[in-house]
Amino acid sequence: MRDMQAQDVVPGCEQWIQPLYAEEPRRLYVSEEEVPYPDGRLIVSSTDLEGIITFCNDSFVQMSGYSEEELMGQPHSILRHPDIPRVAFVDLWQTVQAGKRWQGYVKNLRKDGRFYWVYATVVPNKRGGVIKGYTSVRRKPSRSKVAEAEALYKKLLAEQAP
Amino acid sequence: MKLQFTVSPDFAPESLAAWHIFNTYLQRQTGLGSHFETYESYQDLHAAIDNGEVDLIFANAYDSASLVRDKGYAPLASPEGQADEVVIAVAEGSPVLGVEELAPGITIASTADPDVQTIGMIMLEPANLDKSNTRINVRGSYPLVAKSLMRNEAAAGFFLAEAYERFSEVIKQQLRPLVRSYIQVINHCFLLSPNAIAHKDQLLDLLAAMHTQANGERVLQDLGYKAWHIPPQEEVEFTLDLMSTLVEE
Repeated sequence: MRDMQAQDVVPGCEQWIQPLYAEEPRRLYVSEEEVPYPDGRLIVSSTDLEGIITFCNDSFVQMSGYSEEELMGQPHSILRHPDIPRVAFVDLWQTVQAGKRWQGYVKNLRKDGRFYWVYATVVPNKRGGVIKGYTSVRRKPSRSKVAEAEALYKKLLAEQAP
Repeated sequence: MKLQFTVSPDFAPESLAAWHIFNTYLQRQTGLGSHFETYESYQDLHAAIDNGEVDLIFANAYDSASLVRDKGYAPLASPEGQADEVVIAVAEGSPVLGVEELAPGITIASTADPDVQTIGMIMLEPANLDKSNTRINVRGSYPLVAKSLMRNEAAAGFFLAEAYERFSEVIKQQLRPLVRSYIQVINHCFLLSPNAIAHKDQLLDLLAAMHTQANGERVLQDLGYKAWHIPPQEEVEFTLDLMSTLVEE
């Protein structure tokens, strides 16, 4: 996956190197600035079995900061924020690959280095009983639930092996 | 075969005349002896479905999900370029300025429409509100939901956006919208029962061409639609997947 670009991000970003499963590490730029989730919107995307984006709606494009062309065909981990521990994504993948629904609070990284929190639901797309891909719908989370998730993810990150 | 046709009970009584006209159009164009039946409540509708008394239904997305996936109904068409959106509003004089100021324990006025209740409750999640800490006061129509707010019988009300926008200025001046959904993919849909599946192609042809015929276009206008969109199977499946993410398990 392409590294984030210094010219795309807001001032004051910190640089990170993010290790990725089955891929080269990716350079990130991470800002402390949050972008509020817009009221009444749902962010919707679909991926294939490998997590490659096959569909994204207008709200996804708007909140991610990427264009639709930049998102299509990219791994969904293009939004992965270093504050979310690996174990959260392992749980997500294991759950949906088992044909079940996963729900959780996720901090997403925008193209410009800023972030936004979502309450995400991911479901397997079963066609004729076979999983053909996954659909994810994100909605506006409550701030108290975000605070709980932040505390949990901090603890899990501290326990995570480097 | 006589085709039993109905629409979701979320349609206001004043709009049923247009559906009666649609049924007459259906009879004349297809030669099928379709009978238009209305149900006052979702309970009555679901009982009729369980008894095999509904062959063709213009169903909301919430019902569509279970009718297609659990009962084998076939999706036919949905209104082109339209989607069901929801407005959460308060009385004009309410001190509440945003959804996140709504507190646990409140009463919410709503119709029984499950789509509207589902989307409405999702838009209350940022305030930590859910069915366990709110009370839904079910009213028979959107004007009655509005009346509940004006009489301070409820702190907030759920409205189908289309119904809210149709309110007179006099009513709108007494209400204040807090949030409007922008989901774009939730819509009503014609569904055909497995018992009536032999008529699928005939009905699809009729619906697809309706806007191209002068009398068909007039019927559509009375219903408030421009044309019917015939979704490919994958689009239907995608919408059902999306609905499944919104409905509590």
